[in-house]
Amino acid sequence: MSPDISIEFTLNGIRKHVNVTARMNALDMLREVIGLTGTKYGCGEGECGACTIHVDGLSLNSCLMFAVDCDGREVVTIEGLANDPKADALRAAFVEHGAVQCGFCTPGMIMQADHLLHKHPHADAEAIKRGIEGNLCRCTGYKKIVDAIAACTTPSDTERNAEMRKSP
Amino acid sequence: MSVAEKIRTIRPDTLIGKRIPKMDAPEKASGKTRYIHDINLSGQLYGKILRSARIHALIKSIDTSAAKALAGVHAVITAADIPDQRPIGVARDHFPLKVGRVRSQRDEIAAVAAESEEIAEAALKLIKVEYQDLPVISDPEEAIKPDSPLIHPEPHGADGSHEHLKQGMSIAHKGKPDNIAMRFDYVHGDVVRGEAESDVVVEDTFKLHYVTHCCMGVSGMIAEFDSSGNLLMYSNTQVPFLHKREFAEYLDMDPARIRIIQPPIGGGFGSKLDIYPFEVICLFLARAAKRPVKLLFDREEEFLASPTRQPVLLTLRSGCRRDGTLTFRQVHTLHDNGAYTSWGATTPFVMMQTFSSLYRVPHCDYHTTAVYTNNPYAGSFRGYGNLQATFAIEQHMDQLAEAIGVDPLAFRLKNAQEAGEVTGQGMSFKSCGFKECLETAARRSDFSRKFRENAANRGKPGSVKHGIGIASMLHVGGGAKIYPSDGCGTILKMDDFANVTLITGASEIGQGSETVLSQLVCEELGLPISALTVVNNDTAITPWDVGVHASRTTFIAGNSAIGAAKKAKSKILAVAAKKFDCAEGDLDLRGGFVIRARDGEALVELSKLIRNLHFSAKADLVMTTFYYEPPSVHQDKGFKGDVSAAYAWATQVVEVEVDTDTGLVTMKRVTGAHDVGRVLNRLGIEGQIEGGMVMGQGYALTEDLMIEDGVMKNPNFRDYKLVTAPEIPEMDISFIESMDGEGPQGAKGVGEAPAICIAAATANAICNATGVRIYGLPFTPERVYRALHGKADKLYWKPWKPE
Repeated sequence: MSPDISIEFTLNGIRKHVNVTARMNALDMLREVIGLTGTKYGCGEGECGACTIHVDGLSLNSCLMFAVDCDGREVVTIEGLANDPKADALRAAFVEHGAVQCGFCTPGMIMQADHLLHKHPHADAEAIKRGIEGNLCRCTGYKKIVDAIAACTTPSDTERNAEMRKSP
Repeated sequence: MSVAEKIRTIRPDTLIGKRIPKMDAPEKASGKTRYIHDINLSGQLYGKILRSARIHALIKSIDTSAAKALAGVHAVITAADIPDQRPIGVARDHFPLKVGRVRSQRDEIAAVAAESEEIAEAALKLIKVEYQDLPVISDPEEAIKPDSPLIHPEPHGADGSHEHLKQGMSIAHKGKPDNIAMRFDYVHGDVVRGEAESDVVVEDTFKLHYVTHCCMGVSGMIAEFDSSGNLLMYSNTQVPFLHKREFAEYLDMDPARIRIIQPPIGGGFGSKLDIYPFEVICLFLARAAKRPVKLLFDREEEFLASPTRQPVLLTLRSGCRRDGTLTFRQVHTLHDNGAYTSWGATTPFVMMQTFSSLYRVPHCDYHTTAVYTNNPYAGSFRGYGNLQATFAIEQHMDQLAEAIGVDPLAFRLKNAQEAGEVTGQGMSFKSCGFKECLETAARRSDFSRKFRENAANRGKPGSVKHGIGIASMLHVGGGAKIYPSDGCGTILKMDDFANVTLITGASEIGQGSETVLSQLVCEELGLPISALTVVNNDTAITPWDVGVHASRTTFIAGNSAIGAAKKAKSKILAVAAKKFDCAEGDLDLRGGFVIRARDGEALVELSKLIRNLHFSAKADLVMTTFYYEPPSVHQDKGFKGDVSAAYAWATQVVEVEVDTDTGLVTMKRVTGAHDVGRVLNRLGIEGQIEGGMVMGQGYALTEDLMIEDGVMKNPNFRDYKLVTAPEIPEMDISFIESMDGEGPQGAKGVGEAPAICIAAATANAICNATGVRIYGLPFTPERVYRALHGKADKLYWKPWKPE
């Protein structure tokens, strides 16, 4: 199938024009067409979270999104967090807290954590666990990931955390 | 004024035991790390494999003509295209491209290299295969019967076309007249006498299920032959040097012409210990297409074509005296080998160690039979048989304790090994913190009190019951001498600015070896971690190592790195001693300086001294090499011998809630005490243990690879349930520092240990909560509910004992 659909969107703050096929998902577009490989393929079915990106401020599995649906949107990948001070703090916390082992889930985990902290800056440990429920990690047992994210929160707000735990 | 003159004295400092972040973590956290999936070579083609549509069948014909005619296809290969195929696997029973017969769902029939993945996939669909179905043998108890159809009969196609195969000597060539893949028989003492001396005897049959590694990064390989016929591979292997030799054999080429580069890998856990058909097929494709070929799995293929942990049927008979002394153990296990034999079939090496030597037991008799079936073939997986053995043995420890009316902790303490003992299997425990592990884990979890109270509270109202269970483990912690050498080489070089490049044979698979090895070198040379660069992923550069397995890297590669660093230090101090007119012993290296050992006074910057050496009349560089071979021995034919230079111990206490209305088991807390010799990197070792505990939790509660008549029913993360963040237990970890005399800075291996006890301790906790003992895994709500509500007998399976 030829890449005959032309789309335009903002990728990590820069306007981008790309030709894609109708069947292509956003993950393959990012990795194979554009060449940004920080977003990882883990399962292709939205079950592992390794391919998490932000689209118009929402955290999504890029493997489940058609590339054509990026048209006109604001897309941010792990590479797009390179100059974001909040994300710097998150990355540093992942490093210092030992939240990275093989590292394959890490970009997706950081994208999800970044989104969680924007939506819910006061998240406590239980709310963080719920927030990264859709991101699988086989190495760490999650504890150090939760510790790293918790180190980037502002002090907790009990009511909002209770609410957060209810709605995954 | 130089820095040395400003800082007069440098205080002693150490990196050992500190929380040192993993050196490659910043790149990984930025998404900049290039895994094999992220590497593309110019001119690269994409490889895809056609797998069997049947479980057990003869291949009557393969027609690849339409696939070959498709635009963009550069190579299509079947077994007929590679007449000189050599069998892979430890038993040499496995052709990468199947010849005449398929034996399991994953079996490789043909492969394509094309200009895109899409074209390769389209080409696979054009390949026509005719099969003639054969009976599927999926039950190992059926497979072992003398009248069972054979999985590896003498090869003959229906048309007699495989006559040439009979010339070869391997199982793949000449077949096997029964379905027995391997047998292991071990004895010490006399179990008949042991049983006669027993006051209490228990016998049970345990059944362990299929689970798989689920590395987050799927398997893959890139292969390229250059114009002189040299092979470059990008591979995720854990054992590059052994595999280099094996690949050379499969390709009938000189191993010196093979170079393996190991990009960072997305998880290992034992899965990269074997050579798999896809790797050899990728090489065949690259050779046929004369272009670089990249072959990546998708997640479903990762499930279907990856190894599993051994499913085991295990009958254990154990006895003790009234005074709490163990008398004997007799073990018969039946392993479902699957259709082919992996290194993982040798897991009985490890299982028998647990039965013979975790506790003092004067009489032990152990027998394993691994049988061929049409199921997925099992491989090596973190713990290497020890999870299965520990599941059985630690339940029996509770049962024996209960039978003689003794507290389970006291019973274990009475029989626990101590430093200085040599076991019936010949394992010599030079450092042993087992009793401290037991005592520490029990104290920190308040085990004995909770154990009594939970048992007393079973009959009280309310559907949720609380349970606590204990289990311990013994595992090799100083390598394992399985191959002719269990060694590792190091090359160390220092530049003119006192930075070190550490070139080690040890592979980094996410476990943090690069950071620990750097710490050990820095400790010798008095340098900060930032002065280290590690090269560990290219067989053209790195010295030989036997591979990442058996929790050996910190111990073996660590000792090797220390050896190289000590030689560098000795050279530097010799030069400095001359310069300052003193003895070498009067000097030391600290904080980037040569210092006076007595008072820490900085004498000269290390970099300056090295430059002097380099640019003076001596014109020399600081470059050293070291090869460390541990003082362990090969086991004899009876499996006896001190196979590891050190042994690791651990006790884990698991606390659960069991909802008796639903069968749901919730893991609330795990308290682990690990004899690790010494903590080198506290951050890294905590991460290994937490990750292992949660992997153990998955084995105990949620993970279940369902195989029915050879068909995998749940090859995806939706139906194969990994533990997610909200489900993890609270984890309390203590380190017992037994300071092993041979270990690097006293350390022992820890990689596999934390996954081993969890399922056994969970079984004991469920029994403590409910009074019901469950002999099979995993403890899913359905299984637990059935057990609690009398829907299944105590013995789910008839005892396994061979004729």
